[in-house]
Amino acid sequence: MELIMAIVIGILFMAAVYLILSRSILKIIIGTGLLSHGAHLLILTMGGLGGIAPPVLADGVTDYADPLPQALILTAIVISFGVTAFILVLAYRTYAEHKTDNMNLMRGNDEHD
Amino acid sequence: MEFVLLIFLPILAAFFVPLLFKKIKGIHTGWFVLLVPIALFIYYLGFVTTTLDGGTAVSELRWIPSLGISFVSYIDGLSLLFTLLITGIGALVVLYSIFYLDKNREKLNNFYVYLLIFMSAMLGVVQSENLISLYLFWELTSISSFLLIGYWNTRDRSRFGALKSMMITVFGGFMMLGGFILLGIMGDTYSIRELIAGSSALVGQDFFTLALVLILLGAFTKSAQFPFHIWLPDAMEAPTPVSAYLHSATMVKAGLYLVARFTPIFAVSEVWVWLVTGIGLLTLFWGSLFAVKQTDLKAILAFSTVSQLGLIMSLLGASAVAYHTDDALFKFAAFAAIFHLINHAVFKGSLFMVAGIIDHETGTRDIRKLGGLMSIMPVSFTVAFIGSMSMAGLPPFGGFLSKEMFLQSMLALQHFELFNFATWGIVLPVVAWVASVFTFIYSFYFVFKTFTGKQKEKPLPHTPHEAPFGMLISPVILASLVVAIFFIPNVVGKWLVKPAVVAIQPDLYTQPSDVAVHVLAWHGIRSEELWMTIALIIVGFIMYLTMHKWQKLYDIQPEYVSLNALYDAVMTFSEKGMNGLSRFYMTGLIRTYLLYMFAFIISITTATLFIKKAFVVDMNSFAPVSVYGMMIAIILVIAVGMVIFAKTRLSAIIALGAVGYSVALFFVIFKAPDLALTQLVIETVSVALFLLAFKHLPALSNHGETKRTKLVNAIIAAGVGITVALVALSAHSQKLIPSISQYYKDTVATEAGGGNIVNVILVDYRGFDTLFEIAVLSIAGMGVLAMIKLRLSRKENTDENK
Repeated sequence: MELIMAIVIGILFMAAVYLILSRSILKIIIGTGLLSHGAHLLILTMGGLGGIAPPVLADGVTDYADPLPQALILTAIVISFGVTAFILVLAYRTYAEHKTDNMNLMRGNDEHD
Repeated sequence: MEFVLLIFLPILAAFFVPLLFKKIKGIHTGWFVLLVPIALFIYYLGFVTTTLDGGTAVSELRWIPSLGISFVSYIDGLSLLFTLLITGIGALVVLYSIFYLDKNREKLNNFYVYLLIFMSAMLGVVQSENLISLYLFWELTSISSFLLIGYWNTRDRSRFGALKSMMITVFGGFMMLGGFILLGIMGDTYSIRELIAGSSALVGQDFFTLALVLILLGAFTKSAQFPFHIWLPDAMEAPTPVSAYLHSATMVKAGLYLVARFTPIFAVSEVWVWLVTGIGLLTLFWGSLFAVKQTDLKAILAFSTVSQLGLIMSLLGASAVAYHTDDALFKFAAFAAIFHLINHAVFKGSLFMVAGIIDHETGTRDIRKLGGLMSIMPVSFTVAFIGSMSMAGLPPFGGFLSKEMFLQSMLALQHFELFNFATWGIVLPVVAWVASVFTFIYSFYFVFKTFTGKQKEKPLPHTPHEAPFGMLISPVILASLVVAIFFIPNVVGKWLVKPAVVAIQPDLYTQPSDVAVHVLAWHGIRSEELWMTIALIIVGFIMYLTMHKWQKLYDIQPEYVSLNALYDAVMTFSEKGMNGLSRFYMTGLIRTYLLYMFAFIISITTATLFIKKAFVVDMNSFAPVSVYGMMIAIILVIAVGMVIFAKTRLSAIIALGAVGYSVALFFVIFKAPDLALTQLVIETVSVALFLLAFKHLPALSNHGETKRTKLVNAIIAAGVGITVALVALSAHSQKLIPSISQYYKDTVATEAGGGNIVNVILVDYRGFDTLFEIAVLSIAGMGVLAMIKLRLSRKENTDENK
């Protein structure tokens, strides 16, 4: 299963980087969304996909899934959500100010160096 | 008293200069400053009796003892000689400057502060016994020289000259620091005396030659040796007292001092002998050749200084030969070097002062506009005549004696049978002789074109008249010394030169009286050097008379193939080149920078992975493939494809939502219920947010991306994807230590009293993470609020630069 997960994660990263390199600010935001999904799955897969039961104590179970990566991912999900919300509003304000979502036009000029 | 503190006396005095300048308007500030070098000169004279018997005096001020760095003032023959030159000529120069610089028009407070800093720095250079403090003072001379050259900072040429000298001497200073540190590493001490004592252990060490070359670079740049001499003529923009003091008598001799000081360590090396002698002779020749070309009085003197420094340098190189042979012929090169060093300081100082007087009294230094000043300025003429004739090497002046000894040393070198001197040695006296001819020519050129002949028809800026008495005191004293040295060379030799020679060659002599050199004005009719001198006088005189015919030959050399042009080209090239480079890679486009980053991530990571043989896939550790897992993976990949190829915003968002929900499903099948819950909720909220925001944003667009950029993007993206997949596989296959999670599983009920291990980790074991994750969310919320609510008007919000 880890092999398949590695491929899936690779595809997620690939798509994310491709979108981030584009000129449209929307695609860049979508790309960051895909990137965080990829990262979350990566953490989970690295912790190992073994374990029979979810990490909630139950009678007669000894082989739980690894709880630590899950805790880490939970934190990461919340943080990436906060950041995504922020950059969405940022993009909205940028568009309102500059009337464009083309990254090539948002490069400043020599006076702003 | 700890006389090491006296090094800092001038700097201490410098603090009072602005006060005196501001408060006491009636008296020229220079009179107060004059007390400092005079007091120091008199104090240091007391050491002459110590060094006469080969004795030394040491005084230490600890600075950073834990690193072995301290200020150590070490007085032996060599440093005492330099100290007396610095303080003695310093006093004369200050006296001269009192009459040269007007107390109402000039910023004397700046001038004397810089000059006093320089004096301290120079005393520090020659007395320092510790490499690091020597370097400190060395750079302080560079900085104070920079300030003094740029004293008239409203003039372009002053600033140019100051910058040029700074660049070149600081370059050399850095190289020298490198050499010092290498020496410190090899000898395990920064003390020069200890290094000299243990010099035999240094030879043959790995860094020996490197340290040698680096230290020589420092000496060559400071002493204006070829090809670093180009800063000295441009430094002539400084006020004349500065040129006389720094750029003829003291600072430019710091390099010579360094070479002399390190001779006991490096003289055993062939590289040292050849480099010092060779570069010295080349500089001698080059400087004398180009001095004749100049039309500015100070430029002639600058090239002449370069040339004479080369002469002394070559003699110091020749003195190193004495370490390899017992032949008495080679022993007096060191004596000749020191003797000429004194001579040069004396006559060059007086010549600069005369050049300053001419500039001051006629308003020009252009030799083509001058002439026939002899009857108007008889005293200046006499001083200039004495100085020039000494420079040309004619009797009865000091320069004659050193010239004879110089030729004798160069002739002796061809008999030296080591390092190929037998083959190439003949070149040395020939070059020395030709250079001496040119020295003769420019000396005559300097004095006779200025003072004899007819006055030029075009009136000079000022009506020429003799300088005021005060301005003449210093040059007259120096000129008298020039004559005095000729008649009492052996007194000078006994009191000053021989102790210095012992410092340069401590292995050969135990005390100054062992130095068996007796200076003779007359070497007998059969001596080679006498005939060389006669020949050079004849040839030089003929060439001087026919000068107007061949001086034009210099014009053949175009401006753009000179060393100055090379320096300018290097400076422009580095500035333009760096500018161009920055503009090339800093496009201002975020895509470019991301491409750099991703490309480096790919190359560094994969290279490490395969070079270090870290890529291992262990199939046995993998969990079995589940059918549901396969299905979800397929759905996720399809959704990702839809995101990429979506034509409208809505389909892109829905596809992104599909990706998020498939991730949630993955969490379900990988037994992570809390994650699945959170992911479902957050994905829903995110999609809602996207929909909300995209209403205000424009439609998806490529913004004219070409196939080419898309291809590049795709390649980089594929590279990143593959890299991450490879790292994921090999990281999973090589776990070095077991997970710490077993502890959580074992203690979650007993220690924390909970059942949901993930939640207990979040709020109990690792509660801090959660605290700051909450902080992140609140900050994001406040940021969103601020961005929407807060509107600074455009006009107030403009760039601060405007």
